[in-house]
Amino acid sequence: MTHPVEVTDLTMQYGPLVVMRDLTFTIERGEVFVIMGGSGSGKSTLLKYLVGLRDAPSGTVRINGEELAASDRDARRRNLRRIGVLYQGGALWSGLTLAENVALPLEELSELDADSIAEVVELKLALVGLRGYGGFYPSAISGGMRKRASLARAMALDPDVLFFDEPSSGLDPISASRLDDLIRALADSFGTTIVVVTHDLASIFRIADRALFLDISQRTMTALGDPATLRDTPPNDEVRRFLTRDSGSST
Amino acid sequence: MHARTAPAAPDRAAADLHSHGDRIVAVLSGTWQLEETTSRFDRLLASSSSASPRSIAFETAALGPWDSSLLIFLRQGQSYCEANDVAFDTTGLPARITALLALATPVPERVLETEAPAPSRVAQLGLAGLAAWDSASSALAFLGEVADSLLRLLTGQVRMQWRTFWVVVQSNGSGALPIVTLIALLVGVIIAFLGAVVLQRFGAGYYVSYLVGYGMLREMGALMTGIIIAGRTGAGFAAELGSMKVTEELDAYSTLGISPVDQLVLPRVLGLFVMMPLLVVYADLVGILGGMGVAIALIDLTPTQFIGGLLSAVSLSDALLGVFKATIFGLIIGFAGCMQGLRTGSDASAVGRSATSAVVLGITLIILANAIVDWLAALWLI
Ligand SMILES: Nc1ncnc2c1ncn2[C@@H]1O[C@H](COP(=O)(O)OP(=O)(O)O)[C@@H](O)[C@H]1O
Ligand SMILES: [Mg+2]
Repeated sequence: MTHPVEVTDLTMQYGPLVVMRDLTFTIERGEVFVIMGGSGSGKSTLLKYLVGLRDAPSGTVRINGEELAASDRDARRRNLRRIGVLYQGGALWSGLTLAENVALPLEELSELDADSIAEVVELKLALVGLRGYGGFYPSAISGGMRKRASLARAMALDPDVLFFDEPSSGLDPISASRLDDLIRALADSFGTTIVVVTHDLASIFRIADRALFLDISQRTMTALGDPATLRDTPPNDEVRRFLTRDSGSST
Repeated sequence: MHARTAPAAPDRAAADLHSHGDRIVAVLSGTWQLEETTSRFDRLLASSSSASPRSIAFETAALGPWDSSLLIFLRQGQSYCEANDVAFDTTGLPARITALLALATPVPERVLETEAPAPSRVAQLGLAGLAAWDSASSALAFLGEVADSLLRLLTGQVRMQWRTFWVVVQSNGSGALPIVTLIALLVGVIIAFLGAVVLQRFGAGYYVSYLVGYGMLREMGALMTGIIIAGRTGAGFAAELGSMKVTEELDAYSTLGISPVDQLVLPRVLGLFVMMPLLVVYADLVGILGGMGVAIALIDLTPTQFIGGLLSAVSLSDALLGVFKATIFGLIIGFAGCMQGLRTGSDASAVGRSATSAVVLGITLIILANAIVDWLAALWLI
């Protein structure tokens, strides 16, 4: 069986700016995998490479065994159907209601008829705790609800890999931990592979099976493993400081 | 920070340096306020009697209320000491000040920087050339994408986003009428005015109707409507799509394998393609009415005379030429607006830049296209 995500010798760059290089890791099916690192270390950028929004200048990214970048339109579409992405701000389409947001991927990419689509939409919204909110527009609901609605949209086509960018940013602690529970439940109950970009320590320890650390000073990954183990036996000082919230000033 | 209440006898801030061998003791006293200028600590130290001090200590028994000015003063001394290898002994300072000084001492924070050296002038020129080439070829690629999307629409592989289409139709229909009416009317009036002034000199005032007819139908109706819609709708498209880019709504399409061109560009471009000709026919009529008003008021033509003259002057092909231009302009505006919107960078100010460049690009292309169509029409004697 192929790995859901397989990254080999990836270099990430924006023009002349090399963000990270020599990234090599594989994500196991069904695990919650956290990509952590300081602000500006390239976490969101890595996510863009993983989901095929950017093409790697060197190295390969395989999703379910296939390279998104190299595949033709139909293969790419087929492969994209199997992943879902939850963007930092939710990125719900503002001109559509929540139900329409969830329905659009089904209408565009599945063969379901209108009645079945309505049922799927109803179920997905209920799963994220938004039963009855289908008729609302994104601007009319709170940030936490928006993220959950966006999760419902990401889950619309029953993807087997879900990517989250900073799920807890901008949320109050209760909404954030609710989302964490949802993430954990998706992995445990549906067996969905989940990749989370975050720098929220509470989330990391709560949800992660394994975590990858992007070190801005080395421009590469410097740790990979179970977060509690990394904290107790840190492989280097940057990781220790990150996982113990040590700002480095002696006072 | 300390409240800046003036004490009973506000004595001025002062720092007196006392040398004890290679050790300097700075005695700080008085009320330190930002509004009152004190001399710089580093200058004081540089000009102090002790030739090469090894350390600096402080005495603050007489120090009154203080604010940021004292911190600024101390940091000047601190950096002087760092530069000259002098020990900066803060033990004599109140704890609150040492705590603030420690906060202001930077813990190095990492930001990514480009490793390669900055390109030279010549290289920059080359890079600018490459960027221009890139943007031209990406414009062509975008044109290809839109054409491909249109083809797939015609072959039934794309679901048309009717809702967006109707929004565009509506906003460029009834929504655009007031401004189009105003501008077209004025343009008709201006043409007739010019004609009246010039032609009456030769006793040819009657021919104002020719001028208004030709001017509005062949040129000004389409051109002015195009410019208005480029400024109004083209900028709107760019801003709409640009803000969708910033909020990652466009990425959300891409990662679902849904083409943003199918979803967003196609209905907008088609909406304008349909509405522009209608708007131009309307603008033509309004402009001719405006011209007729002037002709009646200034050169005593009757409406029948004016319309008779106009009809004998222009033919259907003149009107069709204007309408043909309008469809081209509609495509250009939709294309330029959507392209700049999709190309937007990832911050809010980029949205403004996109809207601006959509208008500039739209108007430039419209005027260029107008000239080309006129030239071809002259070649083919239309
Ligand atoms: N679109 C872009 N163009 C150029 N540089 C970018 C762009 N997006 C991000 N960067 C730079 O890449 C680095 C990593 O950014 P990002 O992936 O957003 O970090 P993180 O998500 O870890 O905070 C930063 O230095 C940022 O300035
Ligand atoms: Mg980020």
